[in-house]
Amino acid sequence: MLNITDMKKDVESIITNTALTNEQAAMNLSAVPFNYVEFFETSSEFRELLEAGCVCTMTEGNATYCPRYTLPDYEKLMRDGCRFLRLDPPKTLFEATQTLEMFYRHIPSVTHYPVYLGSVDKMLEPFMDDPHAYEILKSFLIFLDRTIPDSYCHMNLGPEATKAGEMIVEIQTELKNAIPSITLLYDPDITPDDFAAKCVTCALACAKPSFANHKEYQKIYRTPYGIASCYNALPVGGGSFTLSRIVLSRLAARAKDSEHFLHDLLPHTVRVLCEYIEQKIEFLVERTHFFTSNFLVEEGFLKLENFTGMFGVVGMNECVNTLMEKEGCSDRYGYSEKADRLAQDIMEKMTQCVMDFESKYCDCTDHHFTMHAQVGIDVDYDISPGVRIRIGDELPLYEHLEHCAKMQPYFNSGVGDIFPFDETAKRNPAAIVDLIKGAFSKGMRYFSTYSDDCDVIRITGYLVKKSDIEKLDKGIRVQQANAMWGYGEVKNARIYERKVRNL
Amino acid sequence: MGIRGSKECPYLRKEGTEPLTLNRNEGMQQPETAEGPKVLRATVNKILHHSVVDGPGNRAAVFFQGCNFHCAYCHNPETIAMCTSCGHCVDICPAGALTLHDGRVRWLQELCCECDQCIHECPHLASPRTKDYTAAEIMEEIRKDLPFIRGLTVSGGECSLQRDFVAELFRLAKAEGLSTLMDSNGSYDYSQDRELLAVCDGVMLDIKAFDEEEHKKLTGQSREMVLKNAVYLAGCGKLEEIRTVIVPDYLSGAETVEKVGQMLEPYLKEQKIRYKIIAYRPFGVRAPYKEMLHSPSAEELERCKEIAKAYGFAEVVII
Repeated sequence: MLNITDMKKDVESIITNTALTNEQAAMNLSAVPFNYVEFFETSSEFRELLEAGCVCTMTEGNATYCPRYTLPDYEKLMRDGCRFLRLDPPKTLFEATQTLEMFYRHIPSVTHYPVYLGSVDKMLEPFMDDPHAYEILKSFLIFLDRTIPDSYCHMNLGPEATKAGEMIVEIQTELKNAIPSITLLYDPDITPDDFAAKCVTCALACAKPSFANHKEYQKIYRTPYGIASCYNALPVGGGSFTLSRIVLSRLAARAKDSEHFLHDLLPHTVRVLCEYIEQKIEFLVERTHFFTSNFLVEEGFLKLENFTGMFGVVGMNECVNTLMEKEGCSDRYGYSEKADRLAQDIMEKMTQCVMDFESKYCDCTDHHFTMHAQVGIDVDYDISPGVRIRIGDELPLYEHLEHCAKMQPYFNSGVGDIFPFDETAKRNPAAIVDLIKGAFSKGMRYFSTYSDDCDVIRITGYLVKKSDIEKLDKGIRVQQANAMWGYGEVKNARIYERKVRNL
Repeated sequence: MGIRGSKECPYLRKEGTEPLTLNRNEGMQQPETAEGPKVLRATVNKILHHSVVDGPGNRAAVFFQGCNFHCAYCHNPETIAMCTSCGHCVDICPAGALTLHDGRVRWLQELCCECDQCIHECPHLASPRTKDYTAAEIMEEIRKDLPFIRGLTVSGGECSLQRDFVAELFRLAKAEGLSTLMDSNGSYDYSQDRELLAVCDGVMLDIKAFDEEEHKKLTGQSREMVLKNAVYLAGCGKLEEIRTVIVPDYLSGAETVEKVGQMLEPYLKEQKIRYKIIAYRPFGVRAPYKEMLHSPSAEELERCKEIAKAYGFAEVVII
């Protein structure tokens, strides 16, 4: 039932908030109605789990009218141009960056901004004989930072070293902007060591690029993949319709013991959540305009069959510890074989339950949803991201990397962990490349780093400037929209206490 | 010959003197086993499982106990001599981690609180916190590190004093695909040891002073062999890095860098050799030198760097 008084309060809290820019206010306002109206009937089982916080719909609202994450086929843009935006294929570096800037403006997602900027190094490489390449790329990167005020937007580089890639990394090292996020698709057999080391140097200056295990990720989809938003590996030319998550820690609180959790609560909750995700996808595909009339679909930049649904997982650490306590064990996640075995049993059971559900859509993942280690939201308290070991309980470096290698392979559509280093590491970035090589050879999927003296840091999956968080703390507005989320996480999730590694 | 078990203390320092010099392979023990073959053991001060400052990339590093130089500025002087089991540290250990049994000091690592009082008070420039290893035991110790490291560096003390042990350890490390580096004071005649160089990928060589008198003043030893090694190792492609610590008013650092540049210039066109210019820091340095020596200015370090760069060293790093 529409409650006008509550809705008015929501609107008022946005339009009186001095920490929001006009654009941020407009975007927050656009989400308000969807919290008050329902477009499809959800099950009572689902509503019960939602109320209890055991599942969460990721502030998508009840009427998804565009896919959560879109990864347009930018190579097509470079090759064919775009009819709807009246853009011809670019012939120079200047034209190429201009074309991208204009195109990005029209890429929708859950944030209203593009969450995937494409493999920009490959797109720009043919034009890199331009004598003004440095100035053009620098102004392109500044343009992105100032016009896409949201660090979920993600640029991809590699795995090959290119002139464009090297220059982007050099300029970022100098600019130290929070936006865009960058991932190097890293394969030690393809990526030269010196380019990988250059990327580490950049990451130790401004928390990016992160490293994605290209050898592993390229096996997952039939089409090429891209890294979008936080660290989500999704098919290029598609993406994800939606993301909902299971909050394992809260579900564990309801369990009598591990058996009850594994064989009763977990299958039930997974089934209910999968049914909800499917309802949402059906609504989006069948009852909204996106897949019928959006120019990205009409011109083939996005294809329905390249979209999937994401099943998010959060709070494994707390879940395992709670179950161990209930069984009178002092075993802790990351510190005992028994606890880690339980975590793996949970992952195996959950994956099997998710795979048991068949979707009408999601062709690219054989009509199943894909597993995603969700990094948390700003209001999460005492819920660690995905399968990460909680902040404050970090293991010694190699053991921690081994633990990641054990837990990360369960997630095809994104997972990762973060390893800040003290400034000594800047002297020898190749040493961090060695760590990544070792961890990836063992199966780790995604590695992020920054240095303890960076202004830009990785909150959970996205980048925020510490100086912006200080401003927000004083009620001063900042340009970056998701800095507000970072502020919440710093308050609630002990981000500043993450273990800094010494080498 | 093992030095443990000898009743006399060969390294006992008399008032106002520096400890005696160790001889090669003296820190090693080769007990006869019942089966006959000798098993080499060496006294190790520390094993680091990851290090970014002991050669390229991420490496494990083994620090042997015992050095034949006794540099005034040594920042870990407790690695210079071997423990004589005099027992002085047993009385001062606040954690009860040191005991004297059958005339030998034993270190109970699990009780140690790492307060460092034992090494600060040791009258012999030694440490009771060492362990004896075979090469195979060291490899076992670092087996878990293997995916994450590209190589193994041996340091000290002075690693070349354990020549036979190092050769065996490097053979094992090579079998695991690790690169092998020695961090050496250059007192050992590498030109006479092809067997060792066959399993050693490179030497990171300290050239502490080019001037003979300065070198003697600092280390108590001649620099003759050090310079010979620099040229020999550069000639056979095994010179990984030169290191010089800059101590103003005590050593002519810039002059050393200049002379080393002149000496190695013929090799620098074909070879990538790193020059590490290291600022003297008082951390860990023993009395009376700690009060006597002081750190260089940023300008002085930059000046040394420029000199090295002009001679064509592939990479010049200030630390």
